[in-house]
Amino acid sequence: MSFLVNLALGLLFGVGLVVSGMSDPAKVLNFLDLAGAWDPSLAFVMGGAVLVAFFGYRVVLKRDRPLASPTFHVPARKDIDARIFVGPAIFGLGWGLGGFCPGPALTALGLGQSGTLVFVPAMFAGMWGARRLADGGYAARTA
Amino acid sequence: MTQFTPLASLIGGAMIGLSAVLLMLWEGRIAGISTIAGRLLPPYLDGAFVSRLGFVAGLVAAPFLVMAVTGSPVQQTVSGNLPLMLAAGLLVGFGSEWGNGCTSGHGVCGLSRLSARSIVATAVFMTVAIVTVFVTRHVIGG
Repeated sequence: MSFLVNLALGLLFGVGLVVSGMSDPAKVLNFLDLAGAWDPSLAFVMGGAVLVAFFGYRVVLKRDRPLASPTFHVPARKDIDARIFVGPAIFGLGWGLGGFCPGPALTALGLGQSGTLVFVPAMFAGMWGARRLADGGYAARTA
Repeated sequence: MTQFTPLASLIGGAMIGLSAVLLMLWEGRIAGISTIAGRLLPPYLDGAFVSRLGFVAGLVAAPFLVMAVTGSPVQQTVSGNLPLMLAAGLLVGFGSEWGNGCTSGHGVCGLSRLSARSIVATAVFMTVAIVTVFVTRHVIGG
């Protein structure tokens, strides 16, 4: 059951990425290119998503528990450590080079372009590498 | 040049937001794609593997649904520079894992929750990505 619900939610998320243009690296790179062929569309993606989630979360999180789990698993951390700068900086460099972040790269996978077929396994390798490097920390923060 | 598509982008964004809200309603989790995808790799510390597999399968299937409904191909221009895409993939994967999230987890879900960590993360990756594109297009590529 959870598989099917998640499949439907992944589809909704992915269709949103495709419809919004976020799944096209050319559009992402043009959004980031303030000094060049700037395409502000993706600000509307972020705006639409945050608007819906901002109000939606407020309604949902008033509940005692989610429908299919005994508790909410919302990140509780508030500390600003070095990793919250370093990680996103490395991520931003890769995003700016390829025009892909994880969601759009996954929606692109089935379309089978060579750049995507190189990017996605490399992305998983990068995640695995970061996990290995931070082994103790990983166990601690997901416990 | 890419076409400015405010309405389609707003609608697509709202679908992303709705998916995030419904995932929170269903199993109380953040719709952060780097975490959902990254936890498909071991170790498996919580019982959500099947859920995550379903979500990722939905993401992969999404463009085919769009093509079936609209009857036209999905517009996508991916760089064919494979060493560049290899480096980009490694950096995106490493950085999102190291910083506990990406565009969706920090950018959409975190900002919506007004999380201080996510606000910092989003400001950092936006800034670095903008600088990266400026350098590659206008300094090196100019």
